[in-house]
Amino acid sequence: MSVLRASVELLRRDLQLAFRSRMDALQPVLFFVLLAVLVPFGVGPEPLRLQTIAPGMLMVGTLLSTLLSLDALFVRDADDLSLDHLLLAPVPLAALTFSKIVAHWLTSAVPCLLAYPLLATLFNLSDGAWSAGFLALLLATPTLSAIGAIGAALTVSVARGGTLIALLVLPLYVPALIFGASAIESAQANLAISAQIYFLSALALLSLSLSPLVCAVALRLNAR
Amino acid sequence: MNRIVLYYHKLSSPEYFYRFASAVLPWVLLPCVACFAIGLYAGLVLSPPDYQQGDTVRIMYIHVPAAWMSLFIYVVMAFAGLLAVVWHTKIAEWTAMACAPIGAMFTAVTLITGSLWGRPTWGTYWAWDARLTAELVLLFLYLGVIALYHAINDSRQAARAASLLALVGLVNIPIIHFSVKWWNTLHQGASVRLTGASSIHESMLWPLLIMALATNLYFVVSLLNRLRVKILEAESGKAWVQALESNHHE
Repeated sequence: MSVLRASVELLRRDLQLAFRSRMDALQPVLFFVLLAVLVPFGVGPEPLRLQTIAPGMLMVGTLLSTLLSLDALFVRDADDLSLDHLLLAPVPLAALTFSKIVAHWLTSAVPCLLAYPLLATLFNLSDGAWSAGFLALLLATPTLSAIGAIGAALTVSVARGGTLIALLVLPLYVPALIFGASAIESAQANLAISAQIYFLSALALLSLSLSPLVCAVALRLNAR
Repeated sequence: MNRIVLYYHKLSSPEYFYRFASAVLPWVLLPCVACFAIGLYAGLVLSPPDYQQGDTVRIMYIHVPAAWMSLFIYVVMAFAGLLAVVWHTKIAEWTAMACAPIGAMFTAVTLITGSLWGRPTWGTYWAWDARLTAELVLLFLYLGVIALYHAINDSRQAARAASLLALVGLVNIPIIHFSVKWWNTLHQGASVRLTGASSIHESMLWPLLIMALATNLYFVVSLLNRLRVKILEAESGKAWVQALESNHHE
């Protein structure tokens, strides 16, 4: 089986599994929306105050909702032993882990992007910052999925590794958080956001190209 | 065989390494204690107070070497981690894992002394200064390595996984440092600076260098000791350890 064919098949299978249990797949985005609903109760509903914290809250919400779906990324395959098949497959493991990352992005980031209009409204994001926020989320989420997959692969043999993944992965999310929030903030102040967008794209490319390799090594290390 | 390669192979035998570490230890421990005694006396008593910061500047003699060590030990840990991930050498695995708590300790010392220095100088225990913030992220990277090591049941598997995490962290540290610096210049609050002058007077430099040497030696002492304990623990069933023990009792 060719590498491309195997990767596409794996992606198709993961998407199908996600679609079959679509209520589970929607939990992270529901969590994100709930977070956006809770914040005004904590800080007050003044539109200006919400606008000030919107960039940070949008990014932090994205980080946290990404984390929620990470623990299932490889553990589910390990539980039904299909992970062993991936390890034994006659194609480079990194190609398969890349598929897993893409599948994770499609099932966890895309719902958040679809809910973005709602989230932006809840945070009272001005029209000027609307597209910048969408762009920031669009470009930051591949980095989050790619780095998160490393955490998921490292903890695949740990029972209930969800909290541990958060501890491993959140410090590595700092650059994406900084540049994402800064892009939205600059757009709110009518400043150019190209610098932040370039950095987010660079981070995405770097993490998407290195992370599948690291995930492959991590899975092999954890194989019994 | 090349002599260096031969030496590497010899050192990767736990028994040989144990004897090597035990033999070397006193020769590192004595200079370590001496350097700490001289460095602390010179820094805390002999060196002049700063013309602006007064006696507060003496915190620097602990803060700065600890900050250097926090980064240096991470690099050592990641290098040992590389050997562990690629060649599955036991000693490399144990070295990487022994580095993590020492490095975390130095990072914590850096943060604590930094905040103690910040109180009289900046008027607050914590400012979101770029270097302090990056150091805080470094502490969490260390804690992540330690947590992962303790979470996996098989200790060798755990050491390799945590070593890989240390390598990932090493790639990320420059990116994190850079982005935190960038973030800090955007959010310039009350203009807070670490020491204004970049040049340092000779009377303050030499105690600082002695302290830097002392912390380095302390790292070696701590590392060798941790490795000796780990080797005895892991090899407790082996004949040479039991021979060692019976010698000890006689």
